Amino acid sequence: MTDLIVGTLIQGLIYALISFGVYITYSILDFPDLSVDGSFPLGAAVTAVLLTRGVNPYLTLLAALAVGALAGLFTGFIHVKLHVRDLLAGIITMTALFSINLQIAGSNLTVERSVDTIFTAGPTMALLGGLSLTHRKLIVALVVVLLVKFLMDAFFATKAGLLLRAVGDNAALVTSLAKDRGNVKLQGLVLSNALVALGGALVCHETRSFSATMGTGQVVFGLASVIIGVALFHRLSFVKGTTAVIVGSILYKLCIALALSLGLPPNMMKLITAVLFLLVLVASGRKGEEIIHA
Amino acid sequence: MLEVREVTKIYNPGSVMEQCLFDKFSLSVADGQFVSIVGSNGSGKTSLLNIICGSIAVESGDVLVGGESILRKKDFQRYATMGRVYQNPSMGTCPNLTMLENLSLADNKGKSFGFGRGVNKRRIDRYRAELEGLGLGLEDKLNVKMGSLSGGQRQAVALLMATMTPLRFLILDEHTAALDPKTAEVIMLLTDKIVREKRLTAMMVTHNLRYAVEYGDRLLMMDRGQAVLDRAGAEKEQTSMEELLTFFNKISAQCGS
Repeated sequence: MTDLIVGTLIQGLIYALISFGVYITYSILDFPDLSVDGSFPLGAAVTAVLLTRGVNPYLTLLAALAVGALAGLFTGFIHVKLHVRDLLAGIITMTALFSINLQIAGSNLTVERSVDTIFTAGPTMALLGGLSLTHRKLIVALVVVLLVKFLMDAFFATKAGLLLRAVGDNAALVTSLAKDRGNVKLQGLVLSNALVALGGALVCHETRSFSATMGTGQVVFGLASVIIGVALFHRLSFVKGTTAVIVGSILYKLCIALALSLGLPPNMMKLITAVLFLLVLVASGRKGEEIIHA
Repeated sequence: MLEVREVTKIYNPGSVMEQCLFDKFSLSVADGQFVSIVGSNGSGKTSLLNIICGSIAVESGDVLVGGESILRKKDFQRYATMGRVYQNPSMGTCPNLTMLENLSLADNKGKSFGFGRGVNKRRIDRYRAELEGLGLGLEDKLNVKMGSLSGGQRQAVALLMATMTPLRFLILDEHTAALDPKTAEVIMLLTDKIVREKRLTAMMVTHNLRYAVEYGDRLLMMDRGQAVLDRAGAEKEQTSMEELLTFFNKISAQCGS
């Protein structure tokens, strides 16, 4: 039982990075970005390749952030500069990335046990060496997620962050502030996909693998956890959106873990994901139309 | 000086819906002038504002500020020296940001939006003083989300935000049309005060003929893409509400509406 809870917590925390990304696009920018299904495995693919080539495991996280940012830049460019509709821009990136990810990784990849990940590398062991691998994973994931959360909170309080929140809320206002709304959206997409790819990197460290299909349905997961989190806390204005999203992510992973432990075959996981998402949408009474901003 | 020079604007060009709104339309507005623009629906009032602000493109002609063409400038670039208040009170503010955050954004117009603090706490007293001046009880609602305020309150804040930083032109697009008569009056008085104090060049589209007569120092009546009445200075002062209404009814009758 404890294993199930700790395992779910690890999953919930790592995948919260995807939810952060979706939170930025969907909740703040009001941009339904499907690039997520491609930028998530992109982060994993780059990480898997770098790990097998012996690159410092901590550096792979930065590399994932960078390639994710590029993916976001691509979607933003298609939407803002080529004037393609938001949904389609994301679909184009997602589709293109499927092939690009395979090009990067060659095929599905497994990272050998002998290769160190952020959960087993020297500095982590120096600090947490006394703990079991599971507990190290929990603590490292927690540290990464909280670090990202506090950075995001700090960013949203800056002038640039305020402008980002404004563009999703009322783009006309950004124009009247003599700022290019397209550029602000682009920044949001870059940030979002960087975080999603970081999530992919962490999943790769955790599972020691990359698979080409690992991105399928991740945007649904992200949306569901954002909607659960926001719906749960929308009356409590002191709870930050980022906190709500972490809780949403953990709860969602818990639901799936429970469904699996009740004997549902793993092949049914995406079906469970979809059904749960539908339930969440209906229960929160939002149908995805209205999401309260940060 | 703001100049619209021989502008031609055609809606749906090349289709059966083709409609020529402006055919070489020209207008110049002197610095510091407050122009009230009236006219029936479809007469080109809002299109004129949109052309000046760069929200819509034109087929030919030019828009000049101080003799220099701004036609090639994008809308957001033009807003560097312009402020605009829309008919819909929710257009001028961000509903999910607090009033303080909204004011802070507006206060930072013209500067860079970097990693500095979004809300400058030292400015709060100033915001509060300005809000107090409105007499709408807004000074205690700085941390309230904009969306939960009334239309009139939001419009007052939108007007403050549009004119917070130094600017030359104020564009008012039926900005009192969605408000109740009393609030509309408050907003109109505030508008006049701001335009006078900041010596702005203002263009106000309105459906309220009384406001057009009472406010501003130039009166323009638009009909089918033309200025059918253009009075400034003393001539405008002498224009009465009745005269304007008679004139307005005459052109509306010709139009068949």
